Amino acid sequence: MSTGESPETTALVTIRDLHKSFGDNEVLRGIDLDINEGEVVCIIGASGSGKSTLLRCVNLLEVPTSGTIEAAGHDMTHPDADLDAARADIGMVFQQFNLFSHLSILDNVTIAQRRVYKTSKPEAEAEARRRLAEVGIEGKERSKPSQLSGGQQQRVAIARALAVNPKLMLFDEPTSALDPELVGEVLSVMKGLAAEGMTMLVVTHEMGFAREVADRVVFIDGGVIVEEGTPAEVLTNPKTERAQSFLHRVLHPVD
Amino acid sequence: MKSPKTSTLTVRQRRRWARTIQFAVALAVLALLAALADWGRIADSFFQVDIAAAMFPAAWTAFGNTVLYTIFAFIFGMVVAVPVALMRVSSFFLYRWVATAYVETFRGLPALLVLFGVGFGVPLAFPGIQYPGGVYGQVALGLGLTSSAYIAESIRAGIQAVPKGQVEAARTLGMSHTRTMISIVLPQALRIVIPPLTNELVMLTKDSSLVSVLGVTAGTLELTKFARDEMSDTANATPLIVGGLLYLLLTVPLSALARRLETKEDRK
Repeated sequence: MSTGESPETTALVTIRDLHKSFGDNEVLRGIDLDINEGEVVCIIGASGSGKSTLLRCVNLLEVPTSGTIEAAGHDMTHPDADLDAARADIGMVFQQFNLFSHLSILDNVTIAQRRVYKTSKPEAEAEARRRLAEVGIEGKERSKPSQLSGGQQQRVAIARALAVNPKLMLFDEPTSALDPELVGEVLSVMKGLAAEGMTMLVVTHEMGFAREVADRVVFIDGGVIVEEGTPAEVLTNPKTERAQSFLHRVLHPVD
Repeated sequence: MKSPKTSTLTVRQRRRWARTIQFAVALAVLALLAALADWGRIADSFFQVDIAAAMFPAAWTAFGNTVLYTIFAFIFGMVVAVPVALMRVSSFFLYRWVATAYVETFRGLPALLVLFGVGFGVPLAFPGIQYPGGVYGQVALGLGLTSSAYIAESIRAGIQAVPKGQVEAARTLGMSHTRTMISIVLPQALRIVIPPLTNELVMLTKDSSLVSVLGVTAGTLELTKFARDEMSDTANATPLIVGGLLYLLLTVPLSALARRLETKEDRK
């Protein structure tokens, strides 16, 4: 699914010298990263390494301390940026699903279309049903999120993000809150999305997924990109000692 | 470890003995009170069936007015409380200050004083002022101002109890701050605060008795004033019992409802 090195390849995300501090704690210490259209990039790293913060900076859920971010054609860090319009082009899936607990499954998927884009109710619902079918959720339209399993909730969350036709999808540890037997159903939906050519930035601990689906893997440690390359380069033959030790801990936890 | 004395009784046996003694003492106190009380006089003062019967159907009018005053004050309170609560959590300091001042003022003043202000103070300052809805509008304002401060604090707590992830999810879908508040945060916050709001309704039902100081007319008097007038007319306390029972008819079911809603909320 890689778009290869063809000259038409355009960067959908451009991050330059990104710094982010929470008080005295500098979490990101100068990140440069480009993501091309149609590319799937997995960010790996230990907890506290800054990988989630990096992802949350892309759509400005966290406001960078310094540096510039362009994403999906929007200059996110420009002071006059229309963040609402920009965010509509950038879907996001959270570790805790964050489905709207007071709304039915169908309303979860239609609410942004109806309230932000003023799509008519039948049109929005038709689109929602199509998106829900895509992620394998059918016959649950009237249920409340709490009645669904974690895996089902996360798939609905993906459908909800897709329903507003984003150009870029951010995934923040989408399977970390799931019971082990439910991880597969979410990963396979993400795999399908990658195969359709969606540009994806995925923070994950699922090394199998990264190996199989990612075009590029980025290893972050201490707020900087330590290693970056194809899954084979980073996951199989890590060059740096830090990446080697991290991968050893992830792949052989009981050693 | 055990001393020989305590080892003769098990813990359970000792507890049973303690209970028996407490029960015996309570019975003795009750028996003493019963022997000393003048039951005939008590029954004459509080429980005269013919006096109670004579209060109806007029009592229902007063009962209805108590309900109406409570509802109008609650509606006024809600209408004011939602924007005040939103201002309390605003990122703009001026809104926060104004809302905090409002809440602290009306939570800090006695409801009776506010009612006097609305009932007597405002008409003094603005001669000829007419409250919309007459005395009902006057009461809605007089009781609603105090109530709105309490309701606003409940709603603020509700807003802050909505998980941050709900807001983040809405914002990432392109919803504006305002849209997120209206479509996502407020509906969830109101659900969270239904039990405390039901309790506020109980408080307001009782506070509606303060209206009796406004000098309302026969058609608009509420339960407390009605019971007090009847007591004067009959020189008997039975009307207070009837009025009290009618209040309980409102407040006990409401409290039970609040408890049910609370346990339902806890189960989620």
